[in-house]
Amino acid sequence: MTSALSIRDMVVTYDEFNALNHVSLDVGQGESFGIVGESGSGKSTLLRAVAGLATFQQGTLSVSGRSYSGRHRDKEFYRTVQMVFQDPYGSLHPRQTVDRLLLEPLVIHGFTDVETRISRALDEVGLGSGFRFRYSHQLSGGQRQRIAIARALILEPKILLLDEPTSALDASIQAEILNLLEQARRDRNLTFVMVSHDLGVISHMCERLAVMKNGEVVETVPRKALENREFSADYTRQLLVASEGFRRS
Amino acid sequence: MTALLTVDDLRVTFPTRTGEVQAVRGVSFTLGKERLGIVGESGSGKSQTGRAIMGLTPGHAKITAKKLAFGDRDLLNMPAAERRDLRGKKVAMILQDPKYSLNPVMTIGRQIVETLKTHEKVSGSEAKARALAMLEAVQIRDPQRVFDLYPHEVSGGMGQRAMIAMMLVCGPELLIADEPTSALDVTVQLEVLGILDKLVAERGMGLIFISHDLRLVSSFCDRVIVMYAGRIVEELSSANLAEAQHPYTRGLLNCLPTIGSDRHPLPVLDRKPEWSL
Repeated sequence: MTSALSIRDMVVTYDEFNALNHVSLDVGQGESFGIVGESGSGKSTLLRAVAGLATFQQGTLSVSGRSYSGRHRDKEFYRTVQMVFQDPYGSLHPRQTVDRLLLEPLVIHGFTDVETRISRALDEVGLGSGFRFRYSHQLSGGQRQRIAIARALILEPKILLLDEPTSALDASIQAEILNLLEQARRDRNLTFVMVSHDLGVISHMCERLAVMKNGEVVETVPRKALENREFSADYTRQLLVASEGFRRS
Repeated sequence: MTALLTVDDLRVTFPTRTGEVQAVRGVSFTLGKERLGIVGESGSGKSQTGRAIMGLTPGHAKITAKKLAFGDRDLLNMPAAERRDLRGKKVAMILQDPKYSLNPVMTIGRQIVETLKTHEKVSGSEAKARALAMLEAVQIRDPQRVFDLYPHEVSGGMGQRAMIAMMLVCGPELLIADEPTSALDVTVQLEVLGILDKLVAERGMGLIFISHDLRLVSSFCDRVIVMYAGRIVEELSSANLAEAQHPYTRGLLNCLPTIGSDRHPLPVLDRKPEWSL
């Protein structure tokens, strides 16, 4: 298995605090990899460190065979790796139209056939050209997340980093977005790294998952292990119990 | 015996530049000393229903109802002062996010004591003792310390427990919980729900639990009301969740990904325009 993404001993510290403590992960080409954990476990920090939004002090990161340092990322990196954020209300520029939002990455990377690419990207996420000249406040939460996905996919990346892409959405909308992401992954043979606190979502979307706590990976298990409850860490069991809902004792 | 709360044909209307928006369109139910869940997606009017009962609807909105009564007291035509008296004393509300709903410049202890002093004539030392006892009841291990902390100094789960303490300290008869655990971590959620469950059972109050999570609500409540576009589309007892008739309820139950089920793609809701008629 060739790795699309390989992380070795990554350490991220904020002042004295170790947000990530020697984390190592390998994600294969075309794989869908999940990361679960409670808030403060470092799962989002890990994605941000990969994307270059947080600096890592130690360790190595290699993406599709190329290694990258703590902070600097070149254009080529962002052609390969794109990210979708949790809050669709906060991740779209409020004063830019959808057209402008989708145009920006294309201009930065020097694409010339912007017309066709923008309309194709909108079609692909299930929004017609009628949405093209709207502002983000004129869209619903689900529609905004579709735009965010379109913006990530428009550069035809190979790896998509998904930071809780559906936790701000209603259950019914969540299903639509998850289906859209799966469709995109099949069509483009994408590699997913998906962070969520919802074990149900992760086990639906991902073949393998890492459980994180206090900035460390507690264990990495295949999806099947969740179904058969074949895991060793107590913390994983806690998360699993929590995901089954409230029970009166 | 009169019901604890009677809601008959409740309507909440917001005037906007483009005409009136009806957030709640004719909701009716009665509540005894039981746990009632209200479920719906954002914009279904579930929170506005709770706020209308509490009397927290923004001033420019219009509320009408054939009857909106707490016991035999008419809530709609009650003078504001009397309503204020009721709020916090007899009817209390737990809000979603302790980060935004606790006063950031007051210690947790002072906020609880404030609630108590507003509604009862108690001495300072007795108020403090009761606040500490309440903090202990919500399973805060070191009440003395937490009493003097500011909301930003505690975690989300702790903040939400402090809010529960604040709301229950006057011994209300009706508690409205609007998404009390949505802002919390999954592992903390269960703890907070357990505490809430125990206190509601011990003190015998009526509970309205508002949430978007149908499964959670059904595991917590005796009865569930499902709302869509400002109306009640279905009312079920929690035990009969599997026998839900309305396509919206069935769709909501179906669209959740679960561990062990291999459904690709997930079934999605096919919204019919007649649902919102």
